[in-house]
Amino acid sequence: MADITRDTGPVGARGSAAGSGGDPLAPRGLPMPGRRQLAIGAAVVAVVLAAVVFFVGLAAGWWALGGQDKRFIATVLNGLTLGSLYFLVASGFTLVFGLMRNVNLAHGSLYLAGAYIGWSVADATGSWFLGVAVGFVAMAAAGLVLQIVVFRRMEGQDLRQTLVTIGLSIVLADLMLWQWGGQTYQFIPPAWIDGTVRLPLVGMGYSSYRLILFLAAVVIGIALWLFLNRTKVGTMIRAGVDDRDMLAASGVNVQLVFCVVFAVGAGLAGFAGVVGGTALSIAPGEDVRYLLASLIVVIVGGMGSVTGAAVGAVLIGLAEQLGLVYSPTYGVVYTFLIMVGVLVWRPQGLLGRA
Amino acid sequence: MASITEQRDAPAGERGAELERRGLALPRGWAYLPLGLFLVAFPLFAGEFWTVQIGAYSMILGVIALSLMFLAGYGGMVSLAQMTVAGTAGYFFAIFGTSSEMSISLGWSPWLSLPLALLVATLFATLIGLLASRTAGIYTIMITLAIAVAFFYFTRQNYELFNGFNGFAQIAPPAFFGYDWNQPQLFYYLTLAVAALCYAAVVYLGRSTFGLTVQALRDNQRRMRALGYHVTGHQVAAYATAGFMAALGGLLLVFLNGRISPGTIGVGPVIDILIIAVLGGLRHPIGPFVGALAFVLLDNFAIDLIERERFNTVIGLCFLAVVLFSPDGLLGLWEKARRALARGGRPRS
Amino acid sequence: MTMLSRRSLFAAAAAVSLAVGIAPAQAQDTIKLGALATLEGAFAVLGQDGMRGVKLALQQHDYMAGGKKIELIEGSSDASPDSAIRAARKLVEQDNVDILVGPLSGSEGLAVKDYAKEHPGTTFVNGTSAAQDTTLRDPAENFFRFTTDGAQWQAGLGEYAYKEKGYEKVVVVAEDYSFPYTQVLGFMNDFCQLGGKVVDKFWVPIGNKDYSSIVYSIPEDIDAIYVALGGADAVNFLTQYEQAGGAKPMIGGSITVDQTVLGTKGKRRDYLVGTPSAGPIADNWQNEEWQSFVKAYQEAFPDGFPSPSLFAHGYYISTKAVLESLDAVNGDLSNNQAKLREYMASHEFDTPTGKVHLDQNRQAVADIFLTEVAMKEDGTLYNEVVEVIPQVNQTLGMDREAFLAMGPVSRDNPSCP
Repeated sequence: MADITRDTGPVGARGSAAGSGGDPLAPRGLPMPGRRQLAIGAAVVAVVLAAVVFFVGLAAGWWALGGQDKRFIATVLNGLTLGSLYFLVASGFTLVFGLMRNVNLAHGSLYLAGAYIGWSVADATGSWFLGVAVGFVAMAAAGLVLQIVVFRRMEGQDLRQTLVTIGLSIVLADLMLWQWGGQTYQFIPPAWIDGTVRLPLVGMGYSSYRLILFLAAVVIGIALWLFLNRTKVGTMIRAGVDDRDMLAASGVNVQLVFCVVFAVGAGLAGFAGVVGGTALSIAPGEDVRYLLASLIVVIVGGMGSVTGAAVGAVLIGLAEQLGLVYSPTYGVVYTFLIMVGVLVWRPQGLLGRA
Repeated sequence: MASITEQRDAPAGERGAELERRGLALPRGWAYLPLGLFLVAFPLFAGEFWTVQIGAYSMILGVIALSLMFLAGYGGMVSLAQMTVAGTAGYFFAIFGTSSEMSISLGWSPWLSLPLALLVATLFATLIGLLASRTAGIYTIMITLAIAVAFFYFTRQNYELFNGFNGFAQIAPPAFFGYDWNQPQLFYYLTLAVAALCYAAVVYLGRSTFGLTVQALRDNQRRMRALGYHVTGHQVAAYATAGFMAALGGLLLVFLNGRISPGTIGVGPVIDILIIAVLGGLRHPIGPFVGALAFVLLDNFAIDLIERERFNTVIGLCFLAVVLFSPDGLLGLWEKARRALARGGRPRS
Repeated sequence: MTMLSRRSLFAAAAAVSLAVGIAPAQAQDTIKLGALATLEGAFAVLGQDGMRGVKLALQQHDYMAGGKKIELIEGSSDASPDSAIRAARKLVEQDNVDILVGPLSGSEGLAVKDYAKEHPGTTFVNGTSAAQDTTLRDPAENFFRFTTDGAQWQAGLGEYAYKEKGYEKVVVVAEDYSFPYTQVLGFMNDFCQLGGKVVDKFWVPIGNKDYSSIVYSIPEDIDAIYVALGGADAVNFLTQYEQAGGAKPMIGGSITVDQTVLGTKGKRRDYLVGTPSAGPIADNWQNEEWQSFVKAYQEAFPDGFPSPSLFAHGYYISTKAVLESLDAVNGDLSNNQAKLREYMASHEFDTPTGKVHLDQNRQAVADIFLTEVAMKEDGTLYNEVVEVIPQVNQTLGMDREAFLAMGPVSRDNPSCP
């Protein structure tokens, strides 16, 4: 355990953030093109990648079932949309770990708290968008407080930080139960985003909200990538992931960078809480569910890699939905087998850096 | 990671020595005699509830938490899957032996089902160890938590083997040597014997070559590898050893409850074991038992003091307080109090 | 090792033994009543309402029965059988309760029944747990259930759906554990005997909120969907089903068509009208006894639910049965409470929901309410009582042997595809 951190730990040490060595989208090692071209290029690559995954899935289903079985296509779509939700939750988790080596096991609580607070605001004001915004801001603020009040005081003590997050998640879960009770809550999103789209070719209805969720996740993924790769703060973050001490030595206010990352990570969890709570619903226990999803997604994708989180999230989302439809009993086993397989084959995760 | 406060950046070489220096100054040897006598005499004057629900139950949780203390305190591997391993032993004892679900249970003799259950659970622990030792450090806690939660979901869904949501009921301890081991006093002594054995084993292992190697691996894996030690082998062996201990605790737990269901190995109980170990202190094998006793007393009597509803907040805050202010748990408090007394009330320098 | 540590160990030992030694002498003129409900975890709100039921019954009896004072001691579980056993142990072995009312949920009930067998000196009265086998198979001599089980709750629903609504082919969507299995049995028992077909059952893993993939698996040539999900989950399911283009009507389990569903917005609400369901209580029943019970509940607990839940109702009638029986036997608990048990087992009680008496296994035979969603003039939806199914027994009117021969409920039992 002692060594997790510095030198020998095969994985623990430097999980890479997006843009590091293991990342296919990373500019590193390439001749540097103009900033703008690169940004556009990256965006295009990301969109193309997403589209490819999307259509390959559809085409495979189409082909496999002779164009008859809507169920398969719907399930693949559901897997992708669920995966996009998992990505939103896990990206914050992986960012925080990548930089601070803080395994935030209260991440699921942030998801649920964001959802509840967003719901209360949306319910009081009647504005769903305000709920989304408050969900993000409230959790970003909570993350900031956590970082400044708690984690800064025990920097470098990985296990102790993790234990604190466990304690926090127990207390938070109970306080949320106190405040919001055991019942299930549902958001009422604006009618124009919560309807039915008739998919061309397939000729079936599909939830427009889930498609929007998918698009939102792609946009946020790209934004996150651009933030990490094209902004000064992002550069600092990546530098911090690679060598924190060196970053501090070069005069950067590391604490500020930590705060930004923790706030963004926690805010994303809160944001995901509201948009995810709208797609499904919110109830006690969802914190553990999304914590588990985040854990598996980042173990599969590679700690600290945002791109890895995207790949992991899509894999897990698909496995879960296909499992649910084709063998409900063993759905959880497939997810778990993917994790085991990755650990055996590439312990550092698919896009993690060895 | 003997102590959760340990600084990550402390030079690795000094850590072993530091551990020795900082080892808890708990009483040794004969000082335990009164405690031992007390534990043996306990059922003679305590009622059924105190004997079983407080005494035996604390020791059972203590044994399971002890297996975590062994892994975390000596090996630096914080496994959240110890309750899962314990539950596996309980489940397989029900599956091989007799239970309310005779369409699943095989009805084998306890002479067979008991060792087999221990074996399956230990194998499972070994597998977890193999997986977890693929990576290092803080990853362990994540992987074992993922395994624990996934296993919980799986048992709840699987009816062919684990009988899903309902699990198994009417599981009795085997009537070894013609005694009814469910009888409160007998059950207490059975638990006491197992707890004492596990405690002794951990104390012994801590000083054995194997235990010292595991501790050295915790302190500097690279150096040990360079010295020619098989790192993964030792770590997996530690998981297996701890798994066997947890499995013993798990068997006692199903004897006590007479049943096992997914709730037994749910997220709550899994985290409870960590709380118990940390509450008591990870630096000495007595810690988990102290933590378990404190936990069980709180669990049973909190309802008489506070609104039961907020029990989790109370236990969570206790846990946070220990992690934040007394990283060596209640044992650390004991030591502080002892030092303060030894100073005879003189002000701190 | 120092003398100090040795002394302190002794001191600790002495302190503990002092604590252990104290067992308060039990006064003869007090009867201790334990109440066990889920006061923690996700079901805490329901457990609290159960406790309100206990307290309402006690208040109406002025905390006296059979000439003795009744002392209430509360116990709490988190809905897992292990925690129910621990709480029962504390109440019975430490607090020495004479009678225990509880628990709340099905698997807890099975656990407490097993525990009851080991403690023949205490009388156990069920709270609201509704698993069949708590009393149907291998019952405990000292376990009494004045509430009905999950299958009884659905009595008459299958017949109504088949005959009145004309549904012949349905699919089932329900959570994957024993309570919904039991509810599905209650529905299918009539439905299948009349010739209805349940062409497919979709068992959704517990806690799963995403039905989007399941809705695409529902065949189009059916008449209705039987949904046994909690209210909010049912709304979730309906929303996703509608978005997938589905429009088949729904049949509801006992906890499906609650206020969450009735208060739903959008065009869904129109086809909710006419959704039948059945259960042990009906909020809108215009019966004097029921209405006065609701009024008493509202007066006693201004911070409670708008109307008593089936948990408050279940705990209320269980406690009421205990108190009335204690009155009848003058609080005589001698000889392992033999008189009390004999009285409870053979007498008929009045409850806010009609007469209740026990069968040979000490299981309630009681009235069940068949309801259907209707629209008020102002456009709000409510559950209208269509019919009160009188005196439903545990074997749903079948011969006991034949009923038992069908075997325990499971995912695949019963079946009529």
